[in-house]
Amino acid sequence: MTDTANWDWETKEKLVSDLNEWKDSYNWVEEPYVSPDGEKIAAIVNTDEAEFNVCENGKAWEIEEPFEKAYSLRYSPDGRLIVLSAADDEWKPVVDGKPWETIFDFIWDLKFSNDGKAIAVASQTDTEYCMAVNDVPWEDSYTFMTCMILSADGKKSASSVQTIPLGQAEVFKFQEGAFTAAVNGVPWDKNFVNVWNMAFNADGSSLAAEVRHNLYDYTIVVDGKPWNTVYGCVWQPIFHPNTNAVIAPVKLKDGWTLACDDNILWDSRFTQVWQQMVSKESEKIAAIVASSYGKWTIAVDGKPWNITFGDMVTDAVFSPDGSRVACIGTDKEQYTICDNGNAWDMKCDMVWKPVFSPDGNKVAAKIDKNGKRTIAVDGRLWNKMCDEVWEPVFSPDGSKILCRSVEDGKYYRRIIPVNEF
Amino acid sequence: MALPYIEYEKNIIDQGLETGTERLTKERIAKVVDKVIGGETGARLKAYVDTCVHCGLCSDACHMYLSTKRDPKLTPSAKVKRTMSVILAKKGNVSPAFIKKASEIASTECNLCKRCVQYCPFGIDIAYVMSVVRRICHLCGVTPLYIQDTAHSHSVTQNQMWVKEDEWIDTLQWQEEDSREEIPDCRIPLDKEGADFMYSVIGPEPKFLAQLLYQTAIIFNAAGLNWTMPSFPGWDNSDMAMFTGDSEIMGRNKRFHYEAAQRLKVKKIVMGECGHAFRAAYDMGNRWVSWAMPPVPMVHAIEFYYDLLKSGKIKVKEKYKKSVTLHDPCNTIRGRGLHEKARYVINELCENFIEMHPNREHNYCCNAGGGVINCGPPFKKKRVSTNRIKAQQCADTGAEILITPCHNCHSGMEDIIGDYGVDMHVKFINDIMYEVMEKPGLE
Amino acid sequence: MNNFNGIYNFVSGPLVWLAFIIFIGGSIYRIRNLIVLVNKKERYIYTYMSLKYSLRSIMHWIIPFATVNWRKRPLMTITTFIFHAGLVIMPFFVSAHVVMFHNAWGFSWPSLPESFTDTVTLLVIICSIIFLIRRLVLREVKFLTDASDFGVLLITAAPFITGFLAYHNVGSYHFWVILHILSGEIMLVAIPFTKLSHMLYAVFTRAYIGSEFGKVRHARDW
Ligand code: SF4
Ligand code: SF4
Ligand code: SF4
Repeated sequence: MTDTANWDWETKEKLVSDLNEWKDSYNWVEEPYVSPDGEKIAAIVNTDEAEFNVCENGKAWEIEEPFEKAYSLRYSPDGRLIVLSAADDEWKPVVDGKPWETIFDFIWDLKFSNDGKAIAVASQTDTEYCMAVNDVPWEDSYTFMTCMILSADGKKSASSVQTIPLGQAEVFKFQEGAFTAAVNGVPWDKNFVNVWNMAFNADGSSLAAEVRHNLYDYTIVVDGKPWNTVYGCVWQPIFHPNTNAVIAPVKLKDGWTLACDDNILWDSRFTQVWQQMVSKESEKIAAIVASSYGKWTIAVDGKPWNITFGDMVTDAVFSPDGSRVACIGTDKEQYTICDNGNAWDMKCDMVWKPVFSPDGNKVAAKIDKNGKRTIAVDGRLWNKMCDEVWEPVFSPDGSKILCRSVEDGKYYRRIIPVNEF
Repeated sequence: MALPYIEYEKNIIDQGLETGTERLTKERIAKVVDKVIGGETGARLKAYVDTCVHCGLCSDACHMYLSTKRDPKLTPSAKVKRTMSVILAKKGNVSPAFIKKASEIASTECNLCKRCVQYCPFGIDIAYVMSVVRRICHLCGVTPLYIQDTAHSHSVTQNQMWVKEDEWIDTLQWQEEDSREEIPDCRIPLDKEGADFMYSVIGPEPKFLAQLLYQTAIIFNAAGLNWTMPSFPGWDNSDMAMFTGDSEIMGRNKRFHYEAAQRLKVKKIVMGECGHAFRAAYDMGNRWVSWAMPPVPMVHAIEFYYDLLKSGKIKVKEKYKKSVTLHDPCNTIRGRGLHEKARYVINELCENFIEMHPNREHNYCCNAGGGVINCGPPFKKKRVSTNRIKAQQCADTGAEILITPCHNCHSGMEDIIGDYGVDMHVKFINDIMYEVMEKPGLE
Repeated sequence: MNNFNGIYNFVSGPLVWLAFIIFIGGSIYRIRNLIVLVNKKERYIYTYMSLKYSLRSIMHWIIPFATVNWRKRPLMTITTFIFHAGLVIMPFFVSAHVVMFHNAWGFSWPSLPESFTDTVTLLVIICSIIFLIRRLVLREVKFLTDASDFGVLLITAAPFITGFLAYHNVGSYHFWVILHILSGEIMLVAIPFTKLSHMLYAVFTRAYIGSEFGKVRHARDW
């Protein structure tokens, strides 16, 4: 995770850059992105016909040639600025203005390790596919690749790959299994009909995936070895951060539940279960569930909250000590934050993923209300309604919040004491 | 003038059905029927089958029956009699050859268009019963080849056409680049978190009909909208797995689709002119997942164009001159009641709109829907032959242009008017809107 | 004569009871089973049910010529409505039935004039014949028809035919009356256990599809 201790938590307000001025200098300015610490703001800008660059805090990158194409501009967790760019049909990631050496025919799906030190992309060259991490592509490439992931430390990358060629409409050959997972380019020795969403364990030494053996039998595979039981359906597995056990939602005859290392973990059955997560601290297991048809909530260790939402529940997160869970709940197109089973008394047009304070006592979130963006803490609004804000960050002691916002085209970085909300 | 009846070969060979049947055993059929009838279905199926009094009042609902010199085998209820009734009466003790025939009937002799629901006094949903037959055939591994391949594509790529992830982004960027000849700062914004809406399309658009993406970009940019498209899987709203009976993959597709919208933090999804995709996202796939209604509001293009014209965001420079008629796609009309909005849009865009009859909720299906067109070349002749009535209906309008705001209908209608020699061109609303609207960049 | 009396007393006494018990018990059983099945496997249906749209749908379909299909087939529509109205409403207002009820329970309600009920009876018989002809002649209906469909038609027509013959004293009155009562009982018993159960299920299937069309699809289902 990003260390926030050495960020500037004192300067109350900084006008970092006036985006209106950018608009005068360029034909157009695309949607801006801000650095995690809020000190920088950047956007892709058009400088001339089919010529693009990146502008950061009002200054364009100094690059030899303008980009013919540029997309997917993002800050890494460690504050570097990356864009995927092309010139003469040659694609390269460009990091803080410096391109990778490797050239690709196409790149997409930019990913970072937790600390931001590893930067990964999916790539295609001569219609062969592989991942590339920190300018190093896999040695092997494949005719087809989906579901790319990067381990937390960035040392391992994996994806679902096709290892057996398929002609047009060769449905029976497909059903024999043409796909597998490849880790750092090396495929498992067993094929499946489908290999979907995957997860690495904490140190990146194991990979688990959801698979389909044939058109009907679903299960979880860990490092190429499938569980013995087949299920009606499964979703993405995860590893327990402490025990290394694999936990996945599985569909049984009487409903969905969680399974752990091929044993049923929860007695309760739901009409849906997914996005399970384990707290490293409390070892509690929580998941988004539909407790009955069309009624969504969170279940912690198999017990659903009483409150349910008719539209959906998304973006669940554990408090740092693992004692609480917060999520977004939506009912009749109205979004709110639900903190441990209690919904905020505030209906919004959109809410972003809730953020816990380091002590776990407060929850903050970016929200959208009446077309304006702002930040809310424990259901109370910030007094500014902005054109745009980014997700709030708590100071290490939890007393302040970093607010990054655009008002009248000006980008501000502010430090607001939590008690001012 | 009455159009001629086109004979078609009754004995159609489809490799998916053939090979699947060869590998099928009676034991497997029994197990599958037990799973589906005993486990997956319930009161609806029972009530429908028990309630049908064999009165035949639904017959005139079905375009296939009406098109084939009233072939009694093609009435809605007859399709149940030839499939589900036998499976139930024999408690699953049927032969592989029977399943093959049942699969052909359920997949190519019913479009799941639900017109017959409006003609049966009991509201018996033949389309639902046919979907259950398809589910049984899927679990038996006996499905038509071409549509099965698209279901496989969905399972791997979450799109219908084996479109690779880079091809998708590349196509959008290419359309964006082209569109700048018309509107210099035109954009197709990818992954723009917090945009007002996400635009989703079906696999064939990037594959074969990229000009629709181009035109849409022009329309949305001209209207000054805050929109986005995902660069990642979930961009395709279509669903052939829904039509093969692979409910699990259907649910997975819908999960990807709605999660793309959730990830992009958009307030709604606007989708292109496709009927079956709307159905998949609006009241089929979402239900499998346990979203009672779409978790993110799902707006069909017809409705969105209506809003654009009504609010004045898109202005018409000069109305379309040629005479037009409208095919009401089942999935957005009987499936969502957008018929009056479609008429508003067309009247705003076109000078001379001629209704075909019957229309609105009582339209005849195009015979492409329900995955029938996706069963591919082996069944094309049959599909055209069993929809003479639709060609007749179009011909009777005398219109020059046939507007079909649905991809399946669009292709199906092209086949039909082509083979019956009806002198018409098929267009999407998108085509006409693009042609007649004011484009600010050009003034 | 004595023989007839014994049989008459039996069919008009214990058998009536039995028939009603089976009819009511059987109907409750069938409907209960359906609801249990919904609760067990298709609870989601409740999410989409709407009283307003259920009634909207049912009303359109129980009014003659209120739907497109009723308008498209006037003969069938008239036949269907006369047949069903005769079948469901008539038995309550035939004077002989009212008198019998009065004798047994000591209270009664107004009955319809005999000439009227006699005409309706005849009409129901004619409707049955039309139904029979449809099944034999119309290709699409013939294809759908099973032996049991003729059986069910016979079961429903029989009380009217026998009642008509009895009323007009064709041959032995007693004979026809006994057959009339017996056939009525057979029909009652058959309702829950044959295709006649459409009488029990129709309201549910209509209500469900009416709700789906009204609440979700925003389209008419008639
Ligand atoms: S094609 Fe349409 S009208 Fe014909 S049986 Fe199927 S659902 Fe009914
Ligand atoms: S589905 Fe309805 S209209 Fe068709 S035969 Fe059965 S009861 Fe009659
Ligand atoms: S393809 Fe068109 S007409 Fe045919 S079922 Fe779909 S929406 Fe209906």
